[in-house]
Amino acid sequence: MSPTSKQSTMAAQTEADLVSARHLARSYAKDLGLGLVDETKLVTAVSELTRNLIVHGGGGSVFIERIDEVSRHGIRAVFEDHGPGIANINLAMMDGHSSTKSLGLGLPGSKRLVSEFQIDSEAGKGTRVTITKWK
Amino acid sequence: MSAEHIPIIKMDEFLLVTIQEGIHDRLAITLQEELTAKVASTGARGVLLDISGLDMVDSFLGRLLSTIASITRIMDAETVVVGMQPAIAITLVEMGLSMPGVLTALNVDKGMTLLRRRLSQAKEVTCVPDIKAIHDGSSDRG
Repeated sequence: MSPTSKQSTMAAQTEADLVSARHLARSYAKDLGLGLVDETKLVTAVSELTRNLIVHGGGGSVFIERIDEVSRHGIRAVFEDHGPGIANINLAMMDGHSSTKSLGLGLPGSKRLVSEFQIDSEAGKGTRVTITKWK
Repeated sequence: MSAEHIPIIKMDEFLLVTIQEGIHDRLAITLQEELTAKVASTGARGVLLDISGLDMVDSFLGRLLSTIASITRIMDAETVVVGMQPAIAITLVEMGLSMPGVLTALNVDKGMTLLRRRLSQAKEVTCVPDIKAIHDGSSDRG
């Protein structure tokens, strides 16, 4: 198996899937050889974003892949749901904003834990969050 | 699977809970309810939450730890979170979750020492309640 083909997709519907998503992210981090702190940050971000899928998006999918470029290596994860979408992304990215009774740290907190963070959402269509952690 | 519980062990006047890796959200909520009930039924004066077996604490778990600490404090029992791995501490702070008001200790032994010290301090304070008033009075005269 060539390194660039290393990727996984899993459905995220239940709390058991949340635990599986963390394990999947950790196995990719270990395989890449991320340090323990970066590994923990990645797994935590994956946990936050997978929970978002389950709680806000009515379930969705988690896609994780290893990225090997000429000069850098990393892990990319994509979280996609077909839920209600986020009406105001700027608001959702603010610390402390919460549509449930959570701390409102899910999106802004995850962004601080990874190298790159992108969010696309359309009301009524769903939400896609892409994160990348470079080694 | 529905009958899952996290064991709560009584040690003297304290309760010890060891949270294992792979804890899921529903189990965490169950723990909060069972622990609060146990504090009430045993009259425990302190709770030690051992998270040394956790390899990750996200905002959900972080909030749970804070909530447990707040609830037990209202019930006259301090909660100490013990055994947090350094990588988790770094991650929590970078996320912006600094858990204000939550007591922490490096391990269960140090957590017990901390709880005992706070309990004995609480006793001293109730015995000598007027120290502050005496100081305030002297500064008024000066």
